[in-house]
Amino acid sequence: MSYSLKENVMRPERFAAGHRMCAGCGSPIAVRTVLRQLEPGDHAVVCSATSCLEVSTFMYPYTAWKDSFIHNAFENAAATLSGVETAYKALKKQGRLDDTYKFIAFGGDGGTYDIGFQSLSGAMERGHDLVYVCYDNEAYMNTGIQRSSSTPHFADTTTTPAGSVIPGKLQQKKNLTRIMVAHGIPYVAQTTFIGNFKDIAEKAHRAIYTPGPAFLNVMAPCPRGWRYPSEKLMQITKAAVESCVWPLYEVVEGKYILSYEPKNKLPVEEYLKLQGRFAHMFKPGNEWMIDQVQQEVDRNWQELLASCGK
Amino acid sequence: MGIRERLSGNEAVAYAMKQINPDVMGAYPITPSTEIPQYFSAYVDNGEVDTEFIAVESEHSAMSTCIGAQAAGVRAISATSSCGLCYMTEMLYVAASCRLPITLSVCCRALSGPINIHNDHSDAMGVRDAGWIMLFAETNQEAYDNYLQAMRIGEAVGLPIMVCQDGFITSHAIENIELVETDKVKAFVGQYRPKHYLLDPDESVSMGAFGMPAYYMEAKRQQAQAMIDAKDVIYKVGREFGEMTGRTYGLIEKYMMDDAKTAIVLIGSSAGTAKEAVRQLRAQGKKVGLIKVRAFRPFPSEELAEALKGVRAFAVMDKDDSYNAHCGPLFAETAAALYAAGVREPRGVNYIYGLGGRDVRVDSIKQVFAELDKIAATGYAGQTYRYLEVRE
Amino acid sequence: MSHLAKDMTPDVTWRDITPGCAIYEGGTSEAVQTGDWRTMRPVIDWAKCKQCLLCVPVCPDISIPVSGEGKREDFNYFYCKGCGICADVCPFGAISMVPEEK
Repeated sequence: MSYSLKENVMRPERFAAGHRMCAGCGSPIAVRTVLRQLEPGDHAVVCSATSCLEVSTFMYPYTAWKDSFIHNAFENAAATLSGVETAYKALKKQGRLDDTYKFIAFGGDGGTYDIGFQSLSGAMERGHDLVYVCYDNEAYMNTGIQRSSSTPHFADTTTTPAGSVIPGKLQQKKNLTRIMVAHGIPYVAQTTFIGNFKDIAEKAHRAIYTPGPAFLNVMAPCPRGWRYPSEKLMQITKAAVESCVWPLYEVVEGKYILSYEPKNKLPVEEYLKLQGRFAHMFKPGNEWMIDQVQQEVDRNWQELLASCGK
Repeated sequence: MGIRERLSGNEAVAYAMKQINPDVMGAYPITPSTEIPQYFSAYVDNGEVDTEFIAVESEHSAMSTCIGAQAAGVRAISATSSCGLCYMTEMLYVAASCRLPITLSVCCRALSGPINIHNDHSDAMGVRDAGWIMLFAETNQEAYDNYLQAMRIGEAVGLPIMVCQDGFITSHAIENIELVETDKVKAFVGQYRPKHYLLDPDESVSMGAFGMPAYYMEAKRQQAQAMIDAKDVIYKVGREFGEMTGRTYGLIEKYMMDDAKTAIVLIGSSAGTAKEAVRQLRAQGKKVGLIKVRAFRPFPSEELAEALKGVRAFAVMDKDDSYNAHCGPLFAETAAALYAAGVREPRGVNYIYGLGGRDVRVDSIKQVFAELDKIAATGYAGQTYRYLEVRE
Repeated sequence: MSHLAKDMTPDVTWRDITPGCAIYEGGTSEAVQTGDWRTMRPVIDWAKCKQCLLCVPVCPDISIPVSGEGKREDFNYFYCKGCGICADVCPFGAISMVPEEK
């Protein structure tokens, strides 16, 4: 069935209002969109790594999860959910459960790229039938905007402050999506919020309904940490995609498929200038930083195009 | 009657697991517990159990998968040792606070460093405040028997349970053992049917809340009550097990304590050695006795105070150290138990012994009793924090 | 003894609190008002709204309800935190952000 925004937003919401994420946060947008792609009638067990999302969505006794939910710790959402999924297999094998369940883990970039990486890698390698969704906001936002391995080059964070000697984060962002592809799992996709949400909705549905492990990397801007006015979220994600800072693509059974190719690739400045975390890069004398980021984005983009056979 | 066999402690525990046929096992290899998931994987791969085995990439994930599986509504088990138990530590607390009766087999082994694969109790004692019920075995038979009782105990109070044995000493040594028939095991252990679980199609359940100060303390007090309640459950299950097998269990085992004037308190396989020393000294007319602590959590405080109140001197032997310049954990808690019960008369000393597999011989125990004789005679304990048989 | 979330008030005793702080219902957060965080208030001009629905999925607070006929309805101000993303994405200028009045 072809995508219809109207049909999609009429699906039952499985993520409840009354959660305490900041105004304008990208994470709940990702969560509600992903969960809406569950087919009505299918149950889900959701697991969240410790994160902004977790502390804001299950502050006792208030849970924002309409399906069953488990939080264990920061670094083990994938392992925890793989235990739930295995219990499901056991109950199915024993004929003790008729209903269909789907298993979806959410983690921030800290809980996914960094501290939860081993747990994630293990669960993917073992082939559990679950989806791991990283809501990537490119720093440890829950503890107050510290750098992670997902933080982009030169970003100003509280542990990589743009100082007079060291100009922000010295390392490039880890390319986790490609690392997940290297696990040889059936479905990997990179997405964010664009236009009518077709891209993320379709990828989430494929991720959920592809048997076996799937990984979804969702750019989920954080107005507080990225330092932009909260209403500009969709301008940020659009600029990220149009500049190829965050290309949209999916990898199905190892085959790379580009989801979107900008007609006129925007210069990275158009993305960087929207955010306070990159403001120091626009000071006179720091042009080399923007040039360097442009080169890095170009290289990653060319590699991706090559992977997609373009 | 039971089935006579000759098994190592690891084989015996793996066999108990097979008889129980739990739903999920998540485990990672580490010496000396490795054999348990090895034996068990063979049962899985040969279709002798229904269990789903998750060959995880770390002990951290082993316990994480157990938490997920038990929360989902099924029985989850694991096995580990030493650094592996340390690596699970954070998850152990979560399992207990989420009130998930997971069963963990621990083959106790020293901690690094220096790295050492041999037995002491540093690993288990390191996680003693994680909120788990902890049973310790002296023999392979007890390792097996404790395992068969574990799920009944944990599930009755909603707490996870550690079934500990001594690495290599019982885990790898082959002993005669009496196994219980599988149909009797299944009837004894029963089915696991939790009231609330993630995979209940009729109810959405959220677990692992963020507990603000308004709730956190009430949650922890309730958890503490479960451990208090575990005492009676351990007795009840131990009695029922005795009715089935003739082997009855409680929180502690007293050996020749009735008229003892000096006594040793210890945990695990060294009890066998200590019993031999007690027999030999009794043959010489010495009124010595032994208390073996089977349940370290819940701590048998009343039982120890009652058992020790009549002795003149006692030694608590810790196969680990707290490095507090004072004493090991078993001594600390035994002394606290006596104090709380108003028992002031006996003099007590603490021996740190057997670290990293240092052999404990009958003579080692006799040496401790000789010291206790002196303390009993003089009423003066001297240095209470002592290392046994360390080269000076 | 109730184990309903509504009874797990800050006065609940240790005997009555749900074991492990589990909750046996979905979506109990819907009792939490987050609309009082708002400093700016989205206001819709129905004359300009073309029911394109682009504002619906971008709402982090699930505060733009959609009717059974697939039409967006007025904001749910009980939850709306006033982030303004909806106003920014509206192609028709139908949503304006106005200062919240006490």
